Amino acid sequence: MVPELGHLALLLALVLTLVQAVVPLTGSFTGDRAWMALARPLAWGQLTLLGVAFLALLQAFLTDDFSVIYVATNSNSLMPTIYKVSAIWGAHEGSLLLWTLMLAAWGAAVAAFSPNLPLGMIARVISVQAMVAIGFLLFMILTSNPFDRIFPAPAEGRDLNPLLQDPGLAIHPPMLYMGYVGFSVAFAFAIAALIGGKLDSAWARWSRPWTTGAWVFLTIGIALGSWWAYYELGWGGWWFWDPVENASFMPWLAGTALMHSLAVTEKRAAFKSWTVLLAISAFSLSLLGTFLVRSGVLTSVHAFATDPARGAFILLFLCIVIGGSLALYAWRAPGISSGGRFDPVSRESFLLANNLLLATLTLLVLFGTLAPLVYDAAGWGKISVGFPWFNKMFIALSPLLVLAMGIGPVAHWKHDESRRLIRSLWLAGALGLLAFLFASLPGLSARELSVGVGLGMTAWLIATHLISLAGRLKHRRGLSGLLADLRGGNRSYYGMWLAHLGVAVFIVGVVMVSNHGTETDIRLSPGGSHESAGYRFEFNGVQAIPGPNYNAFRGEFLVYRDEREITRLYPEKRHYFSGGMPMTEAAIDAGLLRDIYISLGEPIGEQGDWALRIYYKPYVRWIWLGCILMALGGILAMTDRRYRVVKVTAQAPSAAAAAPL
Amino acid sequence: MKARQRRLVFVGLAILGIGTASALALSALKSNISYFFSPSQVMAKEAPRDHVFRLGGLVTEGSVARQTDGLEVSFDVTDNAETVKVIYSGILPDLFSEGTGIVAKGRLGSDGVFYAEEVLAKHDTEYVPPEVASTLKTAHAEGAAEPLATQVSEASD
Repeated sequence: MVPELGHLALLLALVLTLVQAVVPLTGSFTGDRAWMALARPLAWGQLTLLGVAFLALLQAFLTDDFSVIYVATNSNSLMPTIYKVSAIWGAHEGSLLLWTLMLAAWGAAVAAFSPNLPLGMIARVISVQAMVAIGFLLFMILTSNPFDRIFPAPAEGRDLNPLLQDPGLAIHPPMLYMGYVGFSVAFAFAIAALIGGKLDSAWARWSRPWTTGAWVFLTIGIALGSWWAYYELGWGGWWFWDPVENASFMPWLAGTALMHSLAVTEKRAAFKSWTVLLAISAFSLSLLGTFLVRSGVLTSVHAFATDPARGAFILLFLCIVIGGSLALYAWRAPGISSGGRFDPVSRESFLLANNLLLATLTLLVLFGTLAPLVYDAAGWGKISVGFPWFNKMFIALSPLLVLAMGIGPVAHWKHDESRRLIRSLWLAGALGLLAFLFASLPGLSARELSVGVGLGMTAWLIATHLISLAGRLKHRRGLSGLLADLRGGNRSYYGMWLAHLGVAVFIVGVVMVSNHGTETDIRLSPGGSHESAGYRFEFNGVQAIPGPNYNAFRGEFLVYRDEREITRLYPEKRHYFSGGMPMTEAAIDAGLLRDIYISLGEPIGEQGDWALRIYYKPYVRWIWLGCILMALGGILAMTDRRYRVVKVTAQAPSAAAAAPL
Repeated sequence: MKARQRRLVFVGLAILGIGTASALALSALKSNISYFFSPSQVMAKEAPRDHVFRLGGLVTEGSVARQTDGLEVSFDVTDNAETVKVIYSGILPDLFSEGTGIVAKGRLGSDGVFYAEEVLAKHDTEYVPPEVASTLKTAHAEGAAEPLATQVSEASD
């Protein structure tokens, strides 16, 4: 009965969203306060119904109800409880339910945490969100109902893909979806503002914390995915430029541009049209990501079972969303005032450079991801774009981005003197150059040069931000000022500071692991040893070890450095009972400065020999550490008290937003 | 007026920058794409001799042979019409096994053997790379598009 209850809740949610999409929006035009006031309760109602549906599916998983097809295909009675829970989003139908639930949760959050927002604005934002929800609910009910039954019910489920039975991946999709779906709030705010025809700094201020929130989730989600791929796939890579990874990276790039552009719109009332376009793009790219992942149109290492018919639906939905919002934009854009003027040397200019570069990178990733589709459709053959191309593009453009990132925070709004900037930043430039020379001179081979460029960029970023911080503290009575700022008033500056520091840390990780990491494929006999990257690996053979729902071969390795044993590593090769799918469980000795990573390949010959892969990964942790710092920075910026207090200036737009057209 | 001129310069620079970037991107793309060929196409001499490309198909049953020492492995890839021998040195992915669909990236040697630098098999046992699926000759391609219900009942058997 419970699955039927879940199905019913989905149908009711659809009905409710139809009401939600129409009534508050109509009210905002006719000025009917009662109709507009319905927005908040409707948002809560939608969350409740989808919550019921989600709990119904959860119950089916926890009770091993294999009469539900989705449970039968993705769960198994032997599976640990935590993976029965995460199996809900292990495949298409359930992820879609999670997507929709999160959309409702973001909507309810807007309803709950925006007491200062004018009623007309709330009504429009929540109606626009409901329009998005209609698309997803229809999609789920028509093509991918998670509550479909099978008769007779199988006695045992098919098990979740073993790769997904992992704590990292249990929370990776929810984080990613929170990010994807979170951009729907920025999108809804932009569309609501366009509908009202009033784009001003108040709109930007309302939408900033939500955008940053979505960006934080997306950052964490992508970092978790990268970390998972690193330790779970057994290939030691942290990023593959795979279409599915690109699908999450494009909204991230657009979202990063959006955050910076919103800052200009809020502070200087400039870049308005551009900000709106970015808000539309960030969400459209999230939808595109969903389409790419779910339709199976692209060859991907992440491609789990997919279905083209669903792809067609999402593509149609994508066209409606993008087409509709661009049409609205084209209609309203001429009325948008150009806003605050600024000189070529000003913070606006550097943020503009940042935006153009991020937009270019987004387009490049989009191009590289879709090129195989275009080639195939045009009959030019089946191609794949290799990761060296993506790397080249990012290596070419990121130094420019980092240059602007260093100057931007120090530059004044509206107008600044190049001479003043040079005077305050020459030291940082010199430090960057010094780091570059120091890191690249010894060899001057191409490899050392790229390390030099990377470390030079890091030194430049850290130095410029220290200079910016010092300048700020001088005006704010030093440390006590900093504490006062952190206590609430001005957290967004420190958020920016921390996030930019995260970029510096990230660059160190990427540059070091790409240039100084080593990878060795080798065959070892029990008792044999191998030396690489200054470490000696002693192989003690492989043993059979039983697991809860798999059998494993476990190898034992003693790792020595200078004849001193530093660790023992136990990589495994697992065979899961169901499906008989083998899986490599790498063994990693993690450290702040380096990881040692061993994965078992396959047994060779009769003597107990194994094919092995040994990696030495310097500074690889810094990649994720950088992402964590970026996310923390985002959280700090989001909680700035400025976003929670009403400004007197906010009253003008509220009147306008509630007025009929 | 002055501000407008400046803005024009800005926009001009932006367009110039994006133009240069896309020109560079396109030229770099040429050397970084790899085409996909099926064994039939390779045998028909359609695949390039001097450029990296991807070869996809099913691993022929009983064809996988490891060297007695070292890491070299050889196997045959087929699209159920033609077969190409592949040599690879290194660790094969977990899901590599006889009868499954794989994609190998590498060069064709003058001896007609494909020397792979990289071998990809997919995460999901049910999954066949779309390119491979579309080049397979009938019989096996149907297996890839098996309806869900039969999979479930098979699994529960």
